[in-house]
Amino acid sequence: MTTTFAPYLGKDLLGLEELSREQIVGILDTSEPFKEISERAIKKVPVLRGKTIVNAFFEDSTRTRISFEFAEKRLSADTVSFSAGGSSVSKGETLVDTARNLEAMRIDMVVIRHGSSGAAQFLGERIASNVINAGDGKHEHPTQALLDMLTIRDQLGRLEGVKVCIVGDVLHSRVARSNIWGLRKLGAEVAVCGPMTLLPPEVGEMGVTVFRRIEEAIEWSDVLNILRLQLERMKSGFVPSLREYNRVFGVSIERLERAPRDILILHPGPMNRGVEIDSAVADGPHSVILQQVTNGVAVRMAVLYLLAGGEPDTAEAAKTGVGL
Amino acid sequence: MTSILIRGGRIVDPSQGLEKKLDVLVSNGVVAELGDGLDAGGAEVIDAEGLVVAPGLIDLHVHLREPGGEHKETIASGAASASAGGFTSIVAMPNTDPPIDNPAAVGFVLAQGRRCGLARVYPSGAITVAQKGEQMAEVGEMIDAGAVTITDDGRPVEGAGVMRLALEYAQAFDIPVSVHAEELELSRGGVMNEGLIASRLGLTGIPNAAEDVMIARDLLLAELTGGRLHIQHVSTRRGVDMIRQARARGVRVSAEATPHHFTLTDAAVDRYRTDAKMNPPLRSAADRDAVREGVRDGTLNVIATDHAPHHYDEKERAFDDAPFGIVGLETALGLGITELVDTRLIDLSTLIDRMSCTPARAFSLPGGTLETGSPADLTLFHPEREWVVDPARFLSLSRNTPFAGRKLRGRPVRTIVAGRTIWQVTEA
Repeated sequence: MTTTFAPYLGKDLLGLEELSREQIVGILDTSEPFKEISERAIKKVPVLRGKTIVNAFFEDSTRTRISFEFAEKRLSADTVSFSAGGSSVSKGETLVDTARNLEAMRIDMVVIRHGSSGAAQFLGERIASNVINAGDGKHEHPTQALLDMLTIRDQLGRLEGVKVCIVGDVLHSRVARSNIWGLRKLGAEVAVCGPMTLLPPEVGEMGVTVFRRIEEAIEWSDVLNILRLQLERMKSGFVPSLREYNRVFGVSIERLERAPRDILILHPGPMNRGVEIDSAVADGPHSVILQQVTNGVAVRMAVLYLLAGGEPDTAEAAKTGVGL
Repeated sequence: MTSILIRGGRIVDPSQGLEKKLDVLVSNGVVAELGDGLDAGGAEVIDAEGLVVAPGLIDLHVHLREPGGEHKETIASGAASASAGGFTSIVAMPNTDPPIDNPAAVGFVLAQGRRCGLARVYPSGAITVAQKGEQMAEVGEMIDAGAVTITDDGRPVEGAGVMRLALEYAQAFDIPVSVHAEELELSRGGVMNEGLIASRLGLTGIPNAAEDVMIARDLLLAELTGGRLHIQHVSTRRGVDMIRQARARGVRVSAEATPHHFTLTDAAVDRYRTDAKMNPPLRSAADRDAVREGVRDGTLNVIATDHAPHHYDEKERAFDDAPFGIVGLETALGLGITELVDTRLIDLSTLIDRMSCTPARAFSLPGGTLETGSPADLTLFHPEREWVVDPARFLSLSRNTPFAGRKLRGRPVRTIVAGRTIWQVTEA
C-alpha cells in the first residue's frame, strides 16, 4: 500500500465537525505559502510528484472539480477525474465496488463528491487511500468552508468574534454545515437566516443564532455567506416562487445600505443573480466572491499536502521539493 | 403417544398468574399436567433446573421475505431464527414480492411454514390488492385460507376511506387490522428521526408527527367503526399517549413495542450506521422512555420484533440508499430481560405477558398459556445467562443488527412446539 500515514489531519478529510481548532488553523496557515504558487509564471512545484489522485465526482460539479484539479496539478500529482455519467456507476456498480476498484489501481488519494450524506466516510472506511470530501449530500463540504474562512481572515485579519450569517437554503446545504462547525471552532459568531422551510430542524442546537428575516441578519452581521437557491426547491414547495424569495430574502444593495457597517459578501457559487443575490451586490465593492475562488486552489493544495504527510511548518520549504 | 416431562423449572405463566417451581407433563402435543414432583412414567425427561419455563414466545410482526426475497430470508430460515430466539409462533407480513393478497398466496406461506416444522408460521394478508391502498383484497377468502390479520405493513393505507372500509369489513371475521402508521407526505425522503442528529448528519428526517397523525386517524376510525385495530411498531411518545387514551375510551386497540424502539435512540445512527436504519426510525430518549412506559403499563401490550432481514450488500451502501429494517428474532428475549426486567421496569412475568400471552389474545392465536389442554408450545430459557450478540451465529440468513457485540442477559435454551423440541442451544 502506498498510503502515507498523515498524523496532522489523520487519514481523511471528511468534515470540519471532527477537526480541532488547531487542525483548522493549521490548514489555513498552510494555505498561505501555497497561494503564491498560483501567481507564478510557471505554476508548478514538485510537492506531490509521483502521487496518484482520483477525483471521483458522482455528482456534477464544475468549479470544485476544476479547483481540485488545479491544486493537484500545481503540486505535480498525477490525476484522473471522472464524473458519474461517464463511469461504471451509471451501469449499476455500487459505491463499495467502485471503491475497491480504485484501490486496486494503487492510488494515493480520492477526492469524492457524492449526492449521499456520509458517502465520503463510507469510502474512507473501506479504502486505505486518503479520502477528501468534496461535498457529500447535505452533510459537509469542508474545503469550501475552509476557503470561506481563509477569505474572511484575509479581509478582516481575524475570525475570532466576527459575526457571520449564512443566508438561504441551509437545510440542503453542506457548505452551511461545514461553515458552522469551522467558524464556531475558530471563535466566530454564526447565524443562519432563511425561510423556516429551508432551515434544518433544531439548527439552533448547533450553536447558531436564527434570524427569520434578512433585515435582522444584515443588521447583525459582519459577513454574509449567501447560499444558492436551487430551482428545485421551488418545485418541491419549500418557497412559493423565486421572485418572492428575492423580494423577501434576497440580498440587495438597498438592504445593505441600511446596514450599520460594511458587510463582506461571500457566495460559494454558482450564483443565481437576481434570486438570492442582486448583481449590484455580487459585483460590488464588498464582494469577495472571486477571492474565494482563488483561495480555493490554495486551500486545496494545503489539504492535499497535509494529507500526504506534510506539516504546516514545512510547507514553505516543501515548495522547493524538499518537504516530503 | 409421546410424552415429555419438563422437570424442575420455574414456571412463569402470567395467563394463570403462575410463577413457581413446577414440573410440566406434556402428552400428545398438549400440556397434560402441571404439578410438583410429577411422575415421569414413560415420558422423556427434560431437566429444567435453573431455567424458566414459559409459554412459547409469539411474534406478531416478522418479515420472512419469501416469496421474492429469498436471498434475505426464507420462511424456513426465518422460522429457524424464531425458534432460536425462543419463539414458537410468528406472524409473517405480506409485503413480499408478489405480496400476499390472495388466498392462494396465503396457502403458500402456510404450507411452507408447515413443511419446515419449526416455529408455527401464521400468514397475514394484505388489506388492499398489491398493497396499493385502493381496492380491498379478498379478506374473507384469505382468512378462510389461514391468514390471522390483514395489513399493508411496510406502507400505510393512505386513504382514510379505504381504511374505514377495512375496519368495518374485517369485523365479519373478528380479526384485527394491523397498521403501519406513517403519513407519507410528512415522511417523504426521510431516512431517520428528525432532529439535531439528522440535521448534523445532513440526512432527511422523519418527524414524530408523520406517525402520530396516522395513529390519531386510525384510532378515530376504529372508534367510528368499532373494529379491531392493531398498531405496529409504535415509536413516539404522543402515539403512546393517544393509544392509552383511546383504550380508556373503549377503542379496541392493541399495539406493539419493538425491542429496538425500547432500547435505542437516534444516537445509534451516528456515523451513518445503516444497521440502525429502520422505519419507523429510532427516536429521541423521551420517545424511547415513553415506549418503555407503554410496555410497563400495558398501553403497548405486545412486544414484536419487526424482524426485517436484508442482505449485507443491501446495507453496505450510503445511508440514503440502504433499506430500512433490522433482524430481531434472536435478540428479542435478551433485550427484553436486559432492558426491561434487569432495569426493574417490569417483572419477568410481565415480559412473558407482552411476548406471549397478550400477542396470542390480540390475534386470537393458540398458545400464550400453559393451561392444561393447551398446545404444548413452550420456551425454556436461562434468565441470568449472559451472552454477547454474535450475528455470525444467527440462524437468520441476514446479519443486519445494531446489537452486534452487545452483552445481553437471558438466553433461550430450548424451544418446544406441540411437545416437540424444535431447537435447543448447542453452545455452553
